[in-house]
Order: sequence, then C-alpha cells, then structure tokens
Amino acid sequence: MERRELICIGCPMGCPMTVDMEGDEITVKGNHCARGAAYAKKEVTSPTRIVTSSIRVDGGVMPVVSVKTKQDVPKGAIWDVMQVIHQTRVKAPVSIGDVLVQDCAGTGVDLVATRNVAAKA
Amino acid sequence: MKTHDIVIIGGGPAGLAAAAAARKAGAEDILILERDQMLGGILNQCIHNGFGLHTFKEELTGPEYASRFIRMVEEEQIPCRLNAMVVSITKDKEITYVSREEGLVTIQAKAIVLAMGCRERPRGALNIPGYRPAGIFSAGTAQRLVNMEGYHVGREVVILGSGDIGLIMARRMTLEGAKVKVVAELMPYSGGLKRNIVQCLDDYGIPLKLSHTVVEIHGRRRVEGVTLAQVGPDRKPIPGTEEYYSCDTLLLSVGLIPENELTRGMGASMNPVTSGPRVNDRLETDVEGVFACGNVLHVHDLVDFVSEEAALAGESAAAFVKAQEEAGKAAAEPEGHAVCLQAENGVRYTVPQTLDIRNMRDTVTVRFRVGDVFKDRYVAVYYDDQLISRRKKKVLAPGEMEQVVLKKESFLPYPDVKKITIRTEVE
Repeated sequence: MERRELICIGCPMGCPMTVDMEGDEITVKGNHCARGAAYAKKEVTSPTRIVTSSIRVDGGVMPVVSVKTKQDVPKGAIWDVMQVIHQTRVKAPVSIGDVLVQDCAGTGVDLVATRNVAAKA
Repeated sequence: MKTHDIVIIGGGPAGLAAAAAARKAGAEDILILERDQMLGGILNQCIHNGFGLHTFKEELTGPEYASRFIRMVEEEQIPCRLNAMVVSITKDKEITYVSREEGLVTIQAKAIVLAMGCRERPRGALNIPGYRPAGIFSAGTAQRLVNMEGYHVGREVVILGSGDIGLIMARRMTLEGAKVKVVAELMPYSGGLKRNIVQCLDDYGIPLKLSHTVVEIHGRRRVEGVTLAQVGPDRKPIPGTEEYYSCDTLLLSVGLIPENELTRGMGASMNPVTSGPRVNDRLETDVEGVFACGNVLHVHDLVDFVSEEAALAGESAAAFVKAQEEAGKAAAEPEGHAVCLQAENGVRYTVPQTLDIRNMRDTVTVRFRVGDVFKDRYVAVYYDDQLISRRKKKVLAPGEMEQVVLKKESFLPYPDVKKITIRTEVE
C-alpha cells in the first residue's frame, strides 16, 4: 500500500489529506468535502498542470513573448516542455493564440502565444 | 484648456474596465492616461494562468485577460494617451501630465476615475542590515525583468515574503533554471493563495519557512548570502536560531502599497488601513466627481474583482457627468442619508466606508479583509444594534478578500439607521 500526504487547493481551508492507494483502490481521509476527494484522486493518479513561460523573439518590439501549453500536460512532462521552450526562438510578429510549437515535447499539446509582439519598425 | 467628460488615470485592469463600463453607460468623451508604453498594467508581466475564472469562466494568463479588455476599449474607440504620466490633480479636477510628445499638459475633467494601482514595498521599508549589493529585487521587478525584458536575474535565490507574487516567482525562477533555496515568511501563515503554495512551492520541493525573516544580507558588490532567523510571537528574531543560506539573489515579496500621491495631493480623505481613499457606495471619494477603483483603492488578490469594482466606478462617473448636465432640468435626487460602515472584531476594513441607503443601487457589495486566520467563525452584519445577517465561514484568512452584499430593501425597516457594523463572531 502506498500513502501520500496532500494539501487540498479547492478552497482556503487547505485540508491536509492522506491518500492511501492499494491497487485501484484509493481512499482519501482528511478532506471536508467531495471536491477534496476528487482533487486528491486526480493528483495521485494523473496530476496535470498548464505550463507558462516565455520564448525569445527575433525582430520584435519586445525580446520575449509569453506562452502557455494550450491544455494541461502531465506534471512529469513539465521539464521536457521547459527544455523545448528554452531551445525555441520565433520571429516577430507574433499574435495571441499563434501556435509556436506543435505537439510540445511529445505531450500532444501545442504551445501557444499569450500576447501580441509586433515586428520592430 | 481642453476639457473631457471622464478622464481615467491608469490603463491597467481597473482603468480599462472603468472605461469600458463608462462607455456602456453612455459616456461619450472619455480619455485614458497611461504612463507605460502599453495598456494592460501589471497583467502584462503576470504570464501565469489563473485569471478570469469569475469574469470569463475560463482560465487565462495575465496578458490574455488584459487583451480582452484592451479589445473592448479599442472597439469602443476610447482614446488613450500612452507614455503620459500624471503629475498632479487639483480638487477642481484639473489634471497635469507630462509626455515626450506633448510636454507638460493641463486638461480639465468633469469626472475622474483614479486607477493608478499599487507598488511594492521596498527593502528600505524593512530595515534589514547589510550593504546594498546588486541582486536584491522586489519580486515584481524580477517578474518584469524575466517575463517582459528577457533577463535572467539570478542563479541561487532566497525569497522573503510569501505573498502571491513571491510564490509565483519561486516557480518562475525555478523553471528558468535557478535554484530557489527557501521562501521565508515573517508571519505564522502565508499571505498567498493556497493553490499557489501547492503549485509553486510544493510541486518543486521549495521549502516555506513560516515565522522566519532575513536578519542580514551578506556581500558588498553582489549578494553572497543571507542569514535567516526564526521570529517569536512579537515578530522579533530569536537569538540562536540564525541560519546562513548562500545565494546571489534575494527577492522581496513583502506587501503592496496603493499609489495615492495624486489622491492625497487632491486633498481626498484617506483610510489609514487600506492606504486608499475613503469612498461611498458609488466608489466616489470625498472630492465630488472623483471615483477610485482597483488596487489604488485597496489591494486585491483577484483581478476579476478589480474588473467588477472598476465597472461600478466607470458607471458612477458616467452617471455623475449626466447628472451635472441635467442639473436644473430634472428634479434633483431625493436627499441622501449617508451611513458609516464600521469594521470590528477581526474585520480590518470595509470598502466602501459609507453607504447612502436612500440613493443606493438595489445591491451594494461590501468588500473587506480579516486581520488573522480564523476557523469556524461567523461574519455578522448589524444595522445599529440589530443583527441583520450571520454567515458561518469555515475559514477566514487575511490573504483572501471577503465580501457581503447589502440589499437596498433590507434598509426599509431601518430608515434612520446611523451605523452599519461588519464583524466576526465566535458563536
């Protein structure tokens, strides 16, 4: 049996939760509501995050453009995504919503721009 | 001198939402003055997600949230002056600003919306001994340098203060390849949102030391390290608990101060708790026709509430201008009955501070913060000595703004009420 300690992020209560995993059987203790149990189960089985960062821009009015993964990616893939982000350069102009990297780091999720960067006049 | 109906000071989230709402309420002649070279204010550097859950029912990054409002302002063709820094406002609503293109300009406004936001508390306010080496940044400055200007600010980092910007920067610096060694917090609880503690610190194994502070900064040219010490209930360092951390960067996330030099210069009354102006239920300061919203009024944690508050300020400004034009033509509003709101017993302040129960809207949202972490407490509302409502809260924390909604009809049985009290109660 595996045991994990989590803090719930559902509300300011921040319930300290204990999650026990026995095969497919997951039991959550310490939560005060159903949202807590749902969060805990997701967090121990397949935790995901949206990754936000910035990418170098050539020829733009700003040196970097902010980006995000269009959907959440597995928590374990964050560093692979960051490596792609650090290696990528794009050319201005960039528009909000532009796909800058397709299928980022094999996650199946695209990396999109979250702001406009005009080309330098 | 040029005259405008409504001049909005600041083109960040508050100013943009106020402008859009004022236009929707029928104001035609609106001008936004923004000192930066772009609209959007602080949202431009907040590239993380989590904005807009209330307003747009989706999770946006800061620049995306800003762009929604910038588009509204552009579609409405509301003029903005960028690179225009307001240097003074008189109580007669003469606004003087400087800009490279125009030089020193004075304009006349019929109504003003103050939306200047806030700034970070600097190192100088903390009295930390040591030299003044390079490598000490306020967290927001570091955020701008990394996210907008593309700099790396440090390799080994200690963060003092666990406000949301500090927590967000702990994650951001880590993703950029820096080693964040510890986040120290003077108080026995974090001032940041729970989700930020989990997703910015716990996810990356960054320790949070509560009841700790920086007692010395080492290094003359560049930061070489800091000494942390535990503090007692009096928030003074406990001798013998000192611990040295080597680092080249210290980030400070130690509080935000509403930027109210212009407001004070105008002679508006201030609230010492919020460091913002005192306002009534239309968010009007005690200088007639001057309204305030967003972080200049009181520091918020969620931009969604800033947008909501700013929309009210914008609508109020539009209504004020309209009423001035129609004065004499139409019958005047019934004489008001302004009632003071009092914060008591764990409630630190309320916004607004006064409420006109005869001329108020159908509902007025009163926002407030508590002074400590409370569990299983009630938030009670009294009209004079009469208990009106009592709502149990599982947890109240200084880091999370609370609100109660007062209905106009609830005052019908109390037409002569003198005082509205909002307080926490144990049983």
